[in-house]
Amino acid sequence: MDSETDMVRQIRALDSDMQTLVYENYNKFISATDTIRKMKNDFRKMEDEMDRLATNMAVITDFSARISATLQDRHERITKLAGVHALLRKLQFLFELPSRLTKCVELGAYGQAVRYQGRAQAVLQQYQHLPSFRAIQDDCQVITARLAQQLRQRFREGGSGAPEQAECVELLLALGEPAEELCEEFLAHARGRLEEELRSLEAELGPSPPAPDVLEFTDHGGSGFVGGLCHVAAAYQELFAVQGPAGAEKLAAFARELGSRYFALVERRLYPPYPLPLSSASLAQDQSPVTPVSTLCAEARETARRLLTHYVKVQGLVISQMLRKSVETRDWLSTLEPRNVRAVMKRVVEDTTAIDVQVGLLYEEGVRKAQSSDSSKRTFSVYSSSRQQGRYAPSYTPSAPMDTNLLSNIQKLFSERIDVFSPVEFNKVSVLTGIIKISLKTLLECVRLRTFGRFGLQQVQVDCHFLQLYLWRFVADEELVHLLLDEVVASAALRCPDPVPMEPSVVEVICERG
Amino acid sequence: MEDDAPVIYGLEFQARALTPQTAETDAIRFLVGTQSLKYDNQIHIIDFDDENNIINKNVLLHQVGEIWHISASPADKGVLATCYNRTSDSKVLTCAAVWRMPKELESGSHESPDDSSSTAQTLELLCHLDNTAHGNMACVMWEPMGDGKKIISLADNHILLWDLQESSSQAVLASSASLEGKGQLRFTSGRWSPHHNCTQVATASDTTLRGWDTRSMSQIYCIENAHGQLVRDLDFNPNKQYYLASCGDDCKVKFWDTRNVTEPVKTLEEHSHWVWNVRYNHSHDQLVLTGSSDSRVILSNMVSISSEPFGHLVDDDDISDQEDHRSEEKSKEPLQDNVIATYEEHEDSVYAVDWSSADPWLFASLSYDGRLVINRVPRALKYHILL
Repeated sequence: MDSETDMVRQIRALDSDMQTLVYENYNKFISATDTIRKMKNDFRKMEDEMDRLATNMAVITDFSARISATLQDRHERITKLAGVHALLRKLQFLFELPSRLTKCVELGAYGQAVRYQGRAQAVLQQYQHLPSFRAIQDDCQVITARLAQQLRQRFREGGSGAPEQAECVELLLALGEPAEELCEEFLAHARGRLEEELRSLEAELGPSPPAPDVLEFTDHGGSGFVGGLCHVAAAYQELFAVQGPAGAEKLAAFARELGSRYFALVERRLYPPYPLPLSSASLAQDQSPVTPVSTLCAEARETARRLLTHYVKVQGLVISQMLRKSVETRDWLSTLEPRNVRAVMKRVVEDTTAIDVQVGLLYEEGVRKAQSSDSSKRTFSVYSSSRQQGRYAPSYTPSAPMDTNLLSNIQKLFSERIDVFSPVEFNKVSVLTGIIKISLKTLLECVRLRTFGRFGLQQVQVDCHFLQLYLWRFVADEELVHLLLDEVVASAALRCPDPVPMEPSVVEVICERG
Repeated sequence: MEDDAPVIYGLEFQARALTPQTAETDAIRFLVGTQSLKYDNQIHIIDFDDENNIINKNVLLHQVGEIWHISASPADKGVLATCYNRTSDSKVLTCAAVWRMPKELESGSHESPDDSSSTAQTLELLCHLDNTAHGNMACVMWEPMGDGKKIISLADNHILLWDLQESSSQAVLASSASLEGKGQLRFTSGRWSPHHNCTQVATASDTTLRGWDTRSMSQIYCIENAHGQLVRDLDFNPNKQYYLASCGDDCKVKFWDTRNVTEPVKTLEEHSHWVWNVRYNHSHDQLVLTGSSDSRVILSNMVSISSEPFGHLVDDDDISDQEDHRSEEKSKEPLQDNVIATYEEHEDSVYAVDWSSADPWLFASLSYDGRLVINRVPRALKYHILL
């Protein structure tokens, strides 16, 4: 009986469900029908409009045909007159050309003058046989000769800056002056300037004044000589590109000669060998035959980048080795209660500071992420070495591995994945960040390979707090250092059968003492 | 339905040890060992059902200690060896032992990972590898394609060759060799070469790779300064006798021809931190898998140094008119090496990667946070290689 009532109830429920479904769908059907009806209406209206449009278009076409027919012959006459007008304008230009050129030369608008000359040249050439044109051509030639002479003058003086020189050369080429000569002169001038630079560099190397700082020297050399050479090469390429291989050869020889002298100077300065990287352009040390400037610059930049990356790796390796040895050789199981920060950590901080100073001399600071006021990201870190005494749960005991793992994984989700070796930018902060990332990652990996006693873990805690206090200011994003060090301490805790973290106040005291 | 998406399985513990169940060639199965200092350690038998893309697991208890290395017998599906840590009054010792898993788990019963009512079963200890005289065991290698009676273990600076007798219940030390030299020499990893009738073994210690003959226990070749820093792992090319690959803390993977050890044949530098594992695919040796502590797994196509540098050469008879253009594509130029794919499903350092011994296109990677990811070679490449 019970099951029967139960079934009846169920049947009723199903029934009502069915009804509800039908009602819901019914509404939808109604709305669908309405929509279709509306669409039908709209389409009918559109059809009417389309018909009207068609008739209008027919009328317009008709009108247009009639108009063109009416205006046909007037149209022809106008075209003829316009043609004649244009021709007369050109003739006027030609007749006025000599006086215009003269005025340009007087005013010093050489570019303008050369342009006019260019335009008129072809026409004058063609109608030479007509006496009036001949006269104009002769006049122009005289004036052009004068113009060329003036340009030459300006070029030779060379007192004006490089772009003006380049302009002179360009104009002279446009005027049809022999390119060979111009090449030679141009290079000669450039040589003069660059030799000047080389001499001053050489003077710096002389015995009497104390040898200048490598960085200053190369900076001077870089901006002065190399910059100049690059400019010259670029300008030469632009101007004499059409001269073909012979021209390129000359440039190559020129650059090679001056370049080798420069490198000799730099080498002299570099001995005794200096471990620092040099600023970008001054280190294209490969003496391979000189290539076009753009590739040279690109190569120099690429070399600089690789060198910088290598530098970061090497420095990172140095600090990493220190950290690795310190973790591998210590007996972490039977270590005593930590009383101070380990010496190796202090050395790490010292070395990092030294690198910071060195790199700071070469590169600008770079951008650092402003300290985030949003500290919600840092809520979990039981063993955290950061300054949040308030959040520390004094009664923490790991109840299950899930807690530690889960929370740390959640935190990882919200923080960005740390790329241990993202490309290094040409600024101090980026370089330091790269080095610190490598070092801390090594520390993490080494910690995961050992087993820690309770005091061993506490020592790691103390050491990481110390590092946190001093390394954050070198990196672009201090959260990064925080995260990595948290990982280190968390991993050490996982590697400890009996983890009892030290009170953060004690940790702070020990670090302050250090 | 085949799907190229990765399948992820999470262990609740840290883990570093991974191996395919080598003797099992029908079902896709991996063994993972956990590393926990507070809880009982386990071995998870991961069975991957590739038709439905689901994972079934079985758990074995390994209460003796945390597992640093695990390897499976190539002859007997139920036998495996582990290297584990035993802590005894302020001293940690890494020991090695051979185990047998319960019969019914050898070929996998299918329990879903959510079934928490399944009880973990225990391993049967077959024998210990006695290391009282030797030191910490770094790894245990089985003789590939052998009958599961011979194993080699590396302990500190010793190579030990063991005979497993009385159906593996006893391990007798057959021969050994040691590294002489100043300083604390330690083997980090080793691999048994499948060539030369399985008589060669290569080991990595610090930055040196050495090749040994197991019959005489003497050194055959030595690659000094193979890497700038510690060498972490090595593997032999299954199709080319003299080729092996090594990876290390200098973030590089180097390929060597052991007949000419002065220079590597090829160097890869795709990772940005220590490379912990390098593995050749068992059948197609152009596929090389590497796992690194930069949390990435990279699958590379090292075609130029593989056994088929020109790809498949199509028979003339097989070319019909429509396929003429295809034959033109397969020019006689050696194909280019490249990175096929970078797998970024891990959030922590990847300490182990390995190919499945059942499906040559499938591999697993394990990261420290206990995440096991099963991935496949991209389908396009698979067809390209096969066809």
